[in-house]
Amino acid sequence: MKPLDEIQKRLLYEVADLHSVPEGAYNIRSNSESAGRRSTENIEIISKTDVSGLEIHIKPGTKNESVHIPVVMTESGLKETVYNDFYIGEGADVVIIAGCGIDNCGNQDSQHDGIHRFFVEKNAKIKYVEKHYGSGEGKGKRILNPVTEVYQKENSAVTMEMVQIKGVDDTERTTKAVLEEGAKLVVRERLMTHGEQRAISVYNVELNGKGSSADVVSRSVARDDSYQKFDAKITGNAECSGHTECDSIIMDNGRILAVPGLEANCVDASLVHEAAIGKIAGEQLIKLMTLGLTEQEAEEQIINGFLR
Amino acid sequence: MLQLENVSFTVEVEGKEKQIIKNVSLSIPDDRLFVVTGPNGGGKSSLAKLIAGIYVPTSGKIIFNGVDITDMSITDRARLGIGFAFQQPVKFKGMTVLDLLRIAAGKRISITDACEYLSSVGLCARDYISREVNSSLSGGELKRIEIATVIARNTPLSLFDEPEAGIDLWSFKNLIDVFERMRENIKGGSIMIISHQERILSIADEIIVLKNGELDRQGARDEILPSLIGTSSAISDCKMGAVKKGAEE
Repeated sequence: MKPLDEIQKRLLYEVADLHSVPEGAYNIRSNSESAGRRSTENIEIISKTDVSGLEIHIKPGTKNESVHIPVVMTESGLKETVYNDFYIGEGADVVIIAGCGIDNCGNQDSQHDGIHRFFVEKNAKIKYVEKHYGSGEGKGKRILNPVTEVYQKENSAVTMEMVQIKGVDDTERTTKAVLEEGAKLVVRERLMTHGEQRAISVYNVELNGKGSSADVVSRSVARDDSYQKFDAKITGNAECSGHTECDSIIMDNGRILAVPGLEANCVDASLVHEAAIGKIAGEQLIKLMTLGLTEQEAEEQIINGFLR
Repeated sequence: MLQLENVSFTVEVEGKEKQIIKNVSLSIPDDRLFVVTGPNGGGKSSLAKLIAGIYVPTSGKIIFNGVDITDMSITDRARLGIGFAFQQPVKFKGMTVLDLLRIAAGKRISITDACEYLSSVGLCARDYISREVNSSLSGGELKRIEIATVIARNTPLSLFDEPEAGIDLWSFKNLIDVFERMRENIKGGSIMIISHQERILSIADEIIVLKNGELDRQGARDEILPSLIGTSSAISDCKMGAVKKGAEE
């Protein structure tokens, strides 16, 4: 295990709010190698043998524990695909913090594709936080293509916070969820793109169980010449409730495509989609200017609040 | 002290020029509460927006404490000490009441201080401080928060554009208390309220009547108010109750 250098530490802070080794179970992946790992009595982290990645086993009934599995990359030209599987035991209640930071100072593209699968047992509850961050002055792109699959058993609850605010050139995010009876999924996505960045986010949620529910909300800002596509589909196959929302601010020459998708295959499915795209309202800027902010300061405040 | 010298404001409507404010000259000395009234469409709101810098006059001068602010931006006027409460409060997704009050105060005021501003407009502070300033708040709540932002700024000149619009009768009575308290602490500053409510007119030191974009009259309350009673320039609050019924939903 190699110690982390300053850039790696900074990335670690950006994606996982970590200044040093976290409490609880963790695995820190740095330039495709493990830079530290700890399992606890209730949470076991083991390496996969067939492909690159981890298996994380959380014992039934584990409460108030956390797992950190951040990834940092600082070598230009590195491309990896990592398969992480989470097995969350019945009745567990845990926080899982993932996230990837890429610093690319070179001219070759750096790419991390994380494929995360969550098997959430009955009555288990997880909060999953994933932050993406990129930095570095090189011409090489910083590319992240996360795939998240969630399989929720009866009455389980999953809350996902996905944040990508800065520095990632190209993203294709795919999230799939399958919910059984009484299961609940809440997704909060925050996204900001700059320059020539491109971000695509696709959700496919299947509500198969009676009383299951999903609430997928994306707030995004597209600046400069960036492009975003938000494609959220919820399928209701039982008495269930689903809601997707895409709320976006466009600035400069930014472009956004929002694709609503609702499919009801049961008469008791209740599905709602909302989408709104527009520039910052002039009256919001004027109001903050009457409070003494410059136009630019007002813009920052509005975006900060919007992406909170 | 605010002075308007021959201020005119013209806009283009469907290819035709329309004069909203016609050659208005006014003087707003310190330590006074002014109420600007007059029939709808008389140019009251436009006048307030011209002072705040949201509109720019076509001709004439605006002088604030000896400084010519005619060409100044909204921001610079705000920093110089002009506060402005919108008739239609603006909503912000994600921004909380506390965020807005902190921006207004120009510093990271404590939650206790922020709560005081909210209490002063009759809102139970703890229930509101972390709420987002969005459509989950009623028209009356947004309006009171709007007024609290102007109180938090504590500016030498505070402008209120129809503060009673969109609030219920009970809140309206509280609002009068708010303005009376502001009047008590006015020292070295002035307050200008756009309103045609008799109750608000009755707490004015001076009344300005605008009609068809022109200054109709300006003078002490007792001199002007009697002639306005019963006209659209001084609506009584029992009428308001009937008109505003259901406004705060």
